[in-house]
Amino acid sequence: MNSKTQNKMAIGALYGIAGFVVLILLALLGYILISGTPQLSWHFLTAPAKAFLKGGGVGVQLFNSFYLLFLAMLISFPIALGAAIYLYEYAKNNWLTTTIRTAIEILSSLPSVVVGLFGFLFFVVKLRLGFSILSGAFALTFFNLPLLTRSIEDSLRTISETQREGGLALGLSRWETVTKVILPAAVPSILTGVILSAGRVFGEAAALIYTAGQSAPALNFMDWNPFNISSPLNPMRPAETLAVHIWKINSEGIMPDAKAISSGSSAVLVLAILIFNFAARYLGKRLYKRLTSA
Amino acid sequence: MKSTQQLERQLKRHSKAARLESWGRFISFSALLLIVAVVVGIIGFVASKGIATFATNHVSLWDFLTEKTWNPNIKDAHGNPEVGALPMIVGSFLITILSAIVATPFAIGTAVFMNEISPNRGAKILQPVTELLVGIPSVVYGFIGLSVVVPVTRAVFGGSGFGILSGTCVLFVMILPTVTSMSTDALKAVPRYYREASLALGATQWQTIYKVVLRAATPGLMTAVVFGMARAFGEALAVQMVIGNAALMPSSLVAPASTLTSVLTTGIGNTVMGSLQNNALWSLALVLLLMSLVFNLIIRLIGRKGRMQA
Repeated sequence: MNSKTQNKMAIGALYGIAGFVVLILLALLGYILISGTPQLSWHFLTAPAKAFLKGGGVGVQLFNSFYLLFLAMLISFPIALGAAIYLYEYAKNNWLTTTIRTAIEILSSLPSVVVGLFGFLFFVVKLRLGFSILSGAFALTFFNLPLLTRSIEDSLRTISETQREGGLALGLSRWETVTKVILPAAVPSILTGVILSAGRVFGEAAALIYTAGQSAPALNFMDWNPFNISSPLNPMRPAETLAVHIWKINSEGIMPDAKAISSGSSAVLVLAILIFNFAARYLGKRLYKRLTSA
Repeated sequence: MKSTQQLERQLKRHSKAARLESWGRFISFSALLLIVAVVVGIIGFVASKGIATFATNHVSLWDFLTEKTWNPNIKDAHGNPEVGALPMIVGSFLITILSAIVATPFAIGTAVFMNEISPNRGAKILQPVTELLVGIPSVVYGFIGLSVVVPVTRAVFGGSGFGILSGTCVLFVMILPTVTSMSTDALKAVPRYYREASLALGATQWQTIYKVVLRAATPGLMTAVVFGMARAFGEALAVQMVIGNAALMPSSLVAPASTLTSVLTTGIGNTVMGSLQNNALWSLALVLLLMSLVFNLIIRLIGRKGRMQA
């Protein structure tokens, strides 16, 4: 066989492989959206779940997912921002920095179930927070920190070195240069990173099963006092999220329409991720235009 | 005299900007330290709980790693608890290696297609789709496995449909986008003039890809595969939903089995803190943790080797 035929065959095979992969991926997305979207309705998205009967919704779970996401982001963003600033702007290239980087890499490669178990051991049992939104938010924070730190550091890296030199030449301290010059320029790409990591946190379940718990007590959406037990804002109540809900009803659910509810919830999750992705791209581009007047 | 002292103090005092600077430096450094503390905390806590099985309950480490019966509630003929973790360890490795073997050719093939053969279509269709799929939650993969893969396996091979094979299928689809997008990065890092030089020598496109581009990108491609394996090894819920959760040595690919993660997810809520049953589960978590450190180490070694060649 001469090399030309070989070339043709190999490239044909690569076309086949790529086509097959596209087919799998599209079938996957198609299956989720086609089987799930018909389940979606206002009732499904707002009604509380039912344990034994048909026709329950995922209202409470959906709220819990967003609330947990919000709290986790609230805790992890400042920490990740600080860590990224130190790593990129201050840290010298020595053994200490290398060790810290290794630690962050290890944290990002830990299976999320291990992070969840640690959260269970430390927050739920040791600190007696119980299965609560707060424990879940901390577990999600741990899960999120390394990814967010890396993405913010990458954002800082994209800002040209001349901007730093400009700030320092004007007599600003390094900290002032970072907060007044570098961060404003990096906002669009930091925002993109934050939204993308929000998508990952939104779908996380393994870290939450033993921290935020697997039950979703009924909420009274008229009661916004965070200290009342039925208030949606109470951070000490157990809170099953949408992702945990899918797992739960598939492994031990007894409602007759478990499959319909799971496909509906999967579609909601995937749609949310889609929205996060598009929002990240769109907002990033838009902010970049506005801030840089490009 | 007093005024000179005052003057000295005034001159030696840090300016507002200097104080702000050290303050900001301190704050950002504490944030970093916090992350390190979390890592140390996780490893320390899980290790101390995991070692308890061997230290307090006097289970021998060798038995734990090689015995085939997992039944922490029952004691065997010698009065030792039956905590042989081999079935789970084998299950985890089997499923990880199989899914990596299946996923690698597809992932690398797709990455080559995206980069070398049809960059246009790659950037327009494949790239966004893979990026999106990297973000799909694992429970969704598990649910699809449960409602599509398991029934198909049941229809084709008989049995319950739960088992290593279904788990492999789910993990294959799950790590495919991750490995593909990392392989794409590895191929992108190969300088353009490598390809130009090869084509100028009269090599065909395939010869260029096979003999030049893939060789140059090998460390990056290996990192991508190991990364995918690490993800497969640590995946809990998607696997737990389709593997069948029977803590037995896997006798065939379609018989129910279990992995470290699946036993952990189902078991930890049903045991009492501090009991042997609970400690044994923490030992499984420790194995999981150590394996993720090993994967990390492998990625590092590959990276170092790749740098030396370049």
